[in-house]
Amino acid sequence: MLSRNSSRAAQRLLRTSAQPAQRLNFARGFASVQDDAPIQTLQSDLFKPTKYGGKYTVTLIPGDGIGGEVAESVKTIFKADNVPITWEQVDVSGLDDATPTGRTEDTFNQAVASLRRNKLGLKGILHTPISRTGHQSFNVAMRQELDIYASICLIKNIPGLETRHKNVDLCIIRENTEGEYSGLEHQSVPGVVESLKIITRAKSERIAKFAFSFALANHRKKVTCIHKANIMKLADGLFRGTFQRLAKDYPQLECNDMIVDNASMQCVSRPQQFDVLVMPNLYGGILSNIAAALVGGPGVVPGCNMGRDVAVFEPGCRHVGLDIKGRDQANPTALLLSGAMLLRHLGLDDHANRISNAVYDVIAQGKVRTPDMGGNATNKEFTRAILGSMENAL
Amino acid sequence: MLALRSIAAPAQRQCLRAAPRGVVTMSLQNQRFYSSKDSVAKFNGTKDSSGLYTVSLIEGDGIGPEIAVAVKDIFAAAKTPIKWEPINVDPILKDGKTAIPDAAIESIKRNKIALKGPLATPIGKGHVSLNLTLRRTFNLFANLRPCRSVAGFKTPYDNVDTVLIRENTEGEYSGIEHVVVDGVVQSIKLITREASERVLRYAFQQAQAIGRKKVRVVHKATIMKMSDGLFLSCAQNIAKEYPDIEFDAELLDNTCLKMTTDPLPYNDKVLVMPNLYGDILSDMCAGLIGGLGLTPSGNIGDECSIFEAVHGSAPDIAGKGLANPTALLLSSMMMLRHMGLGEYADRIEKAAFATLAEGKALTGDLGGKASTQDFTSAIINKL
Repeated sequence: MLSRNSSRAAQRLLRTSAQPAQRLNFARGFASVQDDAPIQTLQSDLFKPTKYGGKYTVTLIPGDGIGGEVAESVKTIFKADNVPITWEQVDVSGLDDATPTGRTEDTFNQAVASLRRNKLGLKGILHTPISRTGHQSFNVAMRQELDIYASICLIKNIPGLETRHKNVDLCIIRENTEGEYSGLEHQSVPGVVESLKIITRAKSERIAKFAFSFALANHRKKVTCIHKANIMKLADGLFRGTFQRLAKDYPQLECNDMIVDNASMQCVSRPQQFDVLVMPNLYGGILSNIAAALVGGPGVVPGCNMGRDVAVFEPGCRHVGLDIKGRDQANPTALLLSGAMLLRHLGLDDHANRISNAVYDVIAQGKVRTPDMGGNATNKEFTRAILGSMENAL
Repeated sequence: MLALRSIAAPAQRQCLRAAPRGVVTMSLQNQRFYSSKDSVAKFNGTKDSSGLYTVSLIEGDGIGPEIAVAVKDIFAAAKTPIKWEPINVDPILKDGKTAIPDAAIESIKRNKIALKGPLATPIGKGHVSLNLTLRRTFNLFANLRPCRSVAGFKTPYDNVDTVLIRENTEGEYSGIEHVVVDGVVQSIKLITREASERVLRYAFQQAQAIGRKKVRVVHKATIMKMSDGLFLSCAQNIAKEYPDIEFDAELLDNTCLKMTTDPLPYNDKVLVMPNLYGDILSDMCAGLIGGLGLTPSGNIGDECSIFEAVHGSAPDIAGKGLANPTALLLSSMMMLRHMGLGEYADRIEKAAFATLAEGKALTGDLGGKASTQDFTSAIINKL
């Protein structure tokens, strides 16, 4: 019972189809399962973004570093395909010296309000300064503020883009709101700092259910829980225990667990063994970077952050790219594919397919590639090539 | 002291938003642990009357005894001035805590050096890991993990030669955890200036010892501003004591990404990092060259040091004579170098790498068919 409902819930998650009646059904079913749990996994509203004048309004946060450049590519390409989306752009920046707005709480709050209103966002990565007196990371604050608890990072070899590893197809689901990124730190005595990692049963349940539902909805076979329960027996023990308890409700999935150090070792030696991986916050950061490197780096890995109310799509491997900022070398693939995920989320599969096929087509031909993919084309040339490919396909 | 306490007490429960006060206490801290330029973790063992060093040997579980025999045979063939003292570390409960027997502790304290095979740790049975217990008992603060590609065993990555040093006593593995209310667990990552400075100083000295010119700190101070921030600022201070070594810092995410994309730029660096990152990255590096069966490890402390094979105890092939002793053998090479017996280490290492490169006597995990005994004899023949 549970599994069927959840699977249906998840099916809507990334591939919304326009069937309102069924949608209501699933929402009710899912809620009934959840009656005793304090935190709900999903809300039906998520799948009913409002359309004004035939268009969806989506918050666009270009982010720092290469964000502005790649967001421009996305806007150009989406416009060329007549995607029914109006962007509500908010230029938040994590950089202190950013112009004209700078790193301010005001624009950040504006962005959060906009996301709350629109329920959908496309976002680049915001820079976080290391200075010890500085603010919390805007990226983390945004995830906690909006409770977008599940980060999805899709790692798959792109045809034509040669890397050291073949046939990699895995998906990293990462708890986004607690764990090591709780932001709770204090200095007990000078020179002794404690940083708290918080793991709760409710949030562990939520992310585990999300992972199982995601796996079912996307026809995946196996879910692996990544943890370090041999050392952190209580914290990661709770995460792993919760996962194993819930796994019993999904007999159609193969469920196992692996210790994080072993997982990262396996990831660079035999990544083909993984399917869906679910893990607490920090391990997700580590493994998504290792895994992204397997298939071509942060420039080609799409991702999204899902919450009950809001879904924010952002590159799966979160790199700001300050080093190549303004050089027109950025690879817009990650943000474009994240954008395509957003379109599928809205049920605009035709647009999504046209755009992602064009991106894959250009990469597969290999004539026009940005430097990170071993070419020497600029971001603008790459974008033009995608536009050309879309035209040819018509 | 009074003044210090009065500042420290209100700061106790504060998180990063109260950073200005944190800064004040930091300046006090600087005066407390004044840095010394002494070499950390120097080997102080002595030879016995017959000119041999005694080394405590923990054979370990599973395949441990088999690979220990292989190392003993090779050492005997190379005529290394080492006498083995086998010890038993089966855990006992002492005041309700996991502990190792006193005889074992005494042996290691006396010999100041030990070689250890794999120990099995059951998950979730209330046992503190024995590895952790050993590290705590002897205050083995640094874990040294070099990874070098083995010619003859093909992986997607060639010519890897990384050196990674991990803080071994605190951080995420402090073991301080509690259930706040049912369903809410706090696990504490502990970073102290003392332990950070110690491991960082060791990293710089190790870089000098092995002739590398760069030390890189890996951290996540963007998120964990105080804890990793402390580690990072310690590193910046210590770096000033070693002007001949180039120092820089890199965000954990970038390190993971770049190492997996192309590990070669890391061949001229020594990486140093807090516990958890070190644990994960050192195993990741092992993955680059073909797994834990090929990587040595040393746990370094001021009083004594333990060199170990970090792979599992492989109960499935235990006793069948199929185990690969390379990791323990390479660890024992690190041990010899630590003891100042580098010439023996060089000879044995050359023979071992030649045997692996030749590929005739490889064990099952490397795709060969040889037994542990065959592999050992092949190395001995080369000596």
